[in-house]
Amino acid sequence: MKYFLKRVIGTIPVLLGVVLLIFVMLRIIPGNPVVILLGEHYDQATIDRLTDLMGYDQPILLQFVNYVKGALVGDLGVSYKYSRPVTEMIMEALPYTIRLALMAVVFAWGLGLITGIIAAVKKNNFIDRMFMGVSLLGVSMPIFMTSLLLQYIFAFKLGWLPMTEEGTFASMILPAIALGWNSAGSVARMTRSSLIEVMQADYIDTARAKGLRKGAVIIGHALKNSLLPVVTMMALQLSSMLSGAVITESVFAIPGIGRLATTAINNRDMPVLQGTVLFTTVIVIAGNLLADFLYSVLDPRIRKGD
Amino acid sequence: MEEKNILEIRGLKSYFFTDNGVVPAVDGVDLDIPEGKIIGLVGESGCGKSMTVRSVMGLLKYPGRVVEGSIRFDGREIAGLKENELRDICGKDISMIFQEPMTSLNPVIKVGKQVRETLLIHDRSISREEADRRVIEIFKKVGISEPEKRFNSYPHQLSGGLRQRVMIAMAMICKPKLLIADEPTTALDVTIEAQILRLMKELRDETGMSVLLITHNLGVVAELCDYIYVMYAGKIVEQAETFELFDHTAHPYTQGLLDSIPRIGRNADRLHTIPGVVPNLLHLPKGCAFCNRCELAEKSCHDQGVELREISPGHKVRCIKPIEHKEVTGS
Repeated sequence: MKYFLKRVIGTIPVLLGVVLLIFVMLRIIPGNPVVILLGEHYDQATIDRLTDLMGYDQPILLQFVNYVKGALVGDLGVSYKYSRPVTEMIMEALPYTIRLALMAVVFAWGLGLITGIIAAVKKNNFIDRMFMGVSLLGVSMPIFMTSLLLQYIFAFKLGWLPMTEEGTFASMILPAIALGWNSAGSVARMTRSSLIEVMQADYIDTARAKGLRKGAVIIGHALKNSLLPVVTMMALQLSSMLSGAVITESVFAIPGIGRLATTAINNRDMPVLQGTVLFTTVIVIAGNLLADFLYSVLDPRIRKGD
Repeated sequence: MEEKNILEIRGLKSYFFTDNGVVPAVDGVDLDIPEGKIIGLVGESGCGKSMTVRSVMGLLKYPGRVVEGSIRFDGREIAGLKENELRDICGKDISMIFQEPMTSLNPVIKVGKQVRETLLIHDRSISREEADRRVIEIFKKVGISEPEKRFNSYPHQLSGGLRQRVMIAMAMICKPKLLIADEPTTALDVTIEAQILRLMKELRDETGMSVLLITHNLGVVAELCDYIYVMYAGKIVEQAETFELFDHTAHPYTQGLLDSIPRIGRNADRLHTIPGVVPNLLHLPKGCAFCNRCELAEKSCHDQGVELREISPGHKVRCIKPIEHKEVTGS
């Protein structure tokens, strides 16, 4: 537990660094947000007034400190475009993204683990080769391609599932598969190779010499060991799923965090963009923490921690 | 008195079917283990001794498999048994401890649980509490101090000697009729080695089980075994009772192994070694497998195969020209 606490505290500098990075980057990219906000007809006086109002005339360090102060109490500023608090907009979009990500994760990890285990057990026979062939497709197809392909086949041609988000469970299936497809492939491949490796270990012989049958050996002795590297990868996939969500949400018109971010970029809506990126960062860090935590649950050798 | 054999291996052949050809890792081995005796199986790495016992336990790794031969355990043929039937015997009637205590225990499961599992597999009616009690009891018996505390230890928290004791506890908990120990002390310090060997002997005396001890260390077998088999290139080359083997060594290979044991007071500048290396099993010589390394080899050794033959009661050797017995002279 102490180990875990230490890890949590260790994330604080990372977070601060990320905020700083976002802050600086968004100010380096060309395009004055004030000008974009004003549209075509404006004069210098209006620009000055707005710049002053939005705090852009303050020293950048002061802007940064103010932003961090606000972020600590959950205030991420106000959207230029919609004049609404960014926190509120994120909270509104969040359920969509969570639902999408959860469904994608369940799909990806479930399918990946099951096919990986089966492939490992049936090593080198037809089923293994078929699964691994399909999983290769999984890891190498870009998300936008999977998304469009799924939309074309299952929504447009076959008409089995809705084309875009409609608030129903059925309308989330295609986006979830599209988003999870990549991860499913890599989880399957990783599970397979890890399990095959573990099955060569000496303690597997010990388990069989004890009189355990093959199924019990795999479930009771091999799986837990073979999942160690897989778990790390899964947690890291959480972050790639978030970036994938940006694309999937755009293709399937889901009003989630990813779409919020893309719209914010198009609108030069700095506070929203800043907010969504910061929020995403927190989730990625949380994912890594979760991996560490699960790792120590699975492997007692890491638990010592000091 | 007619001895009853707990294990009888006849004409066992276990081959590896590799891409480069068929490797006869075990090539026609006969081996008897009488009840209550400790039998040694000795040879260099790669001579097929581990493969022999792995064949018994059904633990041959792909692409290896038993090609022919009979393995009778307690009067029952187990060579062609289905995997599940064999698993019922393994761990209960025949158990095995392995060479590497470091890697032979599952790193993510508490050792007490790993030992208890053996009991739970073979006795479905036993309760958890009763099983835990039995584990603590066997821990005490194999000399693990603070057994209650050790129950909840993970393998990485134990020393090599303790881990091997855990392995022995795991092998002993169902009171097997035969314990197979595959180089149980090779990875341990000499002081720990002596303790572990003594423990195995004590357990044998107490329970009357048979032990098959696999080792490349003739010093170990001298201390412990009643009868010894020496294996070379997949075949038994000499077998005799321990004293007979040491006093009347007949096969040049056995003699080479004996000479390789460093001894205090011999004052040699160099350790004796057997020249050459174990032959590639894919390209065995036509004659005696040892002929290329044998200092006493003659032309006939290279030309014709040799059968195992009895030179005195209970002493068999696979050699055309076994060493003539010389009186032991003090050094």
